[in-house]
Amino acid sequence: MEDRYQLNKELAQMLKGGVIMDVTTPEQAVIAEEAGACAVMALERIPADIRAAGGVSRMSDPAMIRSIQDAVSIPVMAKCRIGHFAEAQILEAIGIDYIDESEVLSPADDVYHVDKRKFSVPFVCGARDLGEALRRIAEGASMIRTKGEPGTGDIVQAVRHMRKMNAQIRHAVSLREDELYEEAKRLEVPYALLQQVHDDGRLPVVNFAAGGVATPADAALMMQLGAEGVFVGSGIFKSGDPVRRAAAIVQAVTNYQDAKMLAELSAGLGEAMVGINESEIQLIMEERGK
Amino acid sequence: MRIGVLAVQGAFAEHISRLALLGTEGFEIRQRKDLSAPFDGLILPGGESTAMRRLLKELDLLVPLKTMIQNGLPVFGTCAGMILLAKEISGGEAPCFGTLDITVRRNAYGRQLGSFRCREQFAGSEIEMPFIRAPYAERVGENVTVLAQHENRIIAVREGSQLAAAFHPELTDDTAVCKYFLQMVAKSPLNVV
Repeated sequence: MEDRYQLNKELAQMLKGGVIMDVTTPEQAVIAEEAGACAVMALERIPADIRAAGGVSRMSDPAMIRSIQDAVSIPVMAKCRIGHFAEAQILEAIGIDYIDESEVLSPADDVYHVDKRKFSVPFVCGARDLGEALRRIAEGASMIRTKGEPGTGDIVQAVRHMRKMNAQIRHAVSLREDELYEEAKRLEVPYALLQQVHDDGRLPVVNFAAGGVATPADAALMMQLGAEGVFVGSGIFKSGDPVRRAAAIVQAVTNYQDAKMLAELSAGLGEAMVGINESEIQLIMEERGK
Repeated sequence: MRIGVLAVQGAFAEHISRLALLGTEGFEIRQRKDLSAPFDGLILPGGESTAMRRLLKELDLLVPLKTMIQNGLPVFGTCAGMILLAKEISGGEAPCFGTLDITVRRNAYGRQLGSFRCREQFAGSEIEMPFIRAPYAERVGENVTVLAQHENRIIAVREGSQLAAAFHPELTDDTAVCKYFLQMVAKSPLNVV
């Protein structure tokens, strides 16, 4: 299993510097692949629509996921509900490349997450801070993303989560070895993982930004804050010109430090997704699964 | 010696840190202006070949890099990098650089559940080889030397100044393949004065 976990962490390494796009149809998946997405997330409804529709939100129909697997050659990811290990087993059975145990769907378990070490297939999980990230890694996640606030087109939560996680990592690095025990207790994480963060100055797995990315500038902001890549959910296919916006965000992630190029990429993209402010939303998804 | 590492997407940082371990300067190629200072070798890293080829075109890197490779600049492609170099991609997809006389099969071992590690001989020494949604070469041209095989599949090749591996030596502690490439760079007619 150790070997498998290593291979799963390494697939995340191959996704670095890339954009993972939410898609709901094979046609959208092809648009994403042609725009330069490094992977797609297959789901029936993008987060903005999940938010609008309300009700219980579940794993997508395996037939729909398969149709997307057939349409593209890049890795295909799909979401299961937090703690819903049977949904995860089904996704593994159809040979998914990565499972997102996601707060975007309605949690199936309000105490336990999926024991991800029991699976051969890799998992990515959301985290708002270092504690959540290391707890997910202890459970077997081989990739982490910020939670952000999905389906809002508002970047503020993703920024908050990325800054907090990196501040906590810097703090862990600054501690004396004998102070790490107390910090591990305070963060409610295994000591060995915190020690690894202390030694390496980074998470033990790849860390992407997710939640609220709607523009090339949003993507560049998250990359400059230390994200190793970006998930874009509703931001592309809820916008006026998905084809151009998708390609622009891909290029913005590659040249995130070149403001001149970002200016060109941001020009004439048409309407961005409308977006909802933090104070206007009813359902706070980031609170799910701590 | 300066080695450019294509850094439009993928695991380029891993290559640069391997180069640093061997005391060689590696730098990132993200856009056209990164090609302005001279360099001695080029690495095409692992990642998603479809994303990289799109970015190579959009960023006007495809033509200048292809010209350099054709003029003999030593190049080393791993996984996606091997696909970018291949003259032919099985299934009919158009080639990217198309400079290396092989036919490559993408995702030849299937999806992530088919990814694996093994130990095999590479040019005379046994090394660890991680395969991540890896390709292999189905056909090699007559001027291509096979450097490694796994279960009768061709997984590392060389043609003149071009080196390609279906696996990821940059993810292991073993620097044999990286050293082999740096030897190629050192012996390149372009770099021997």
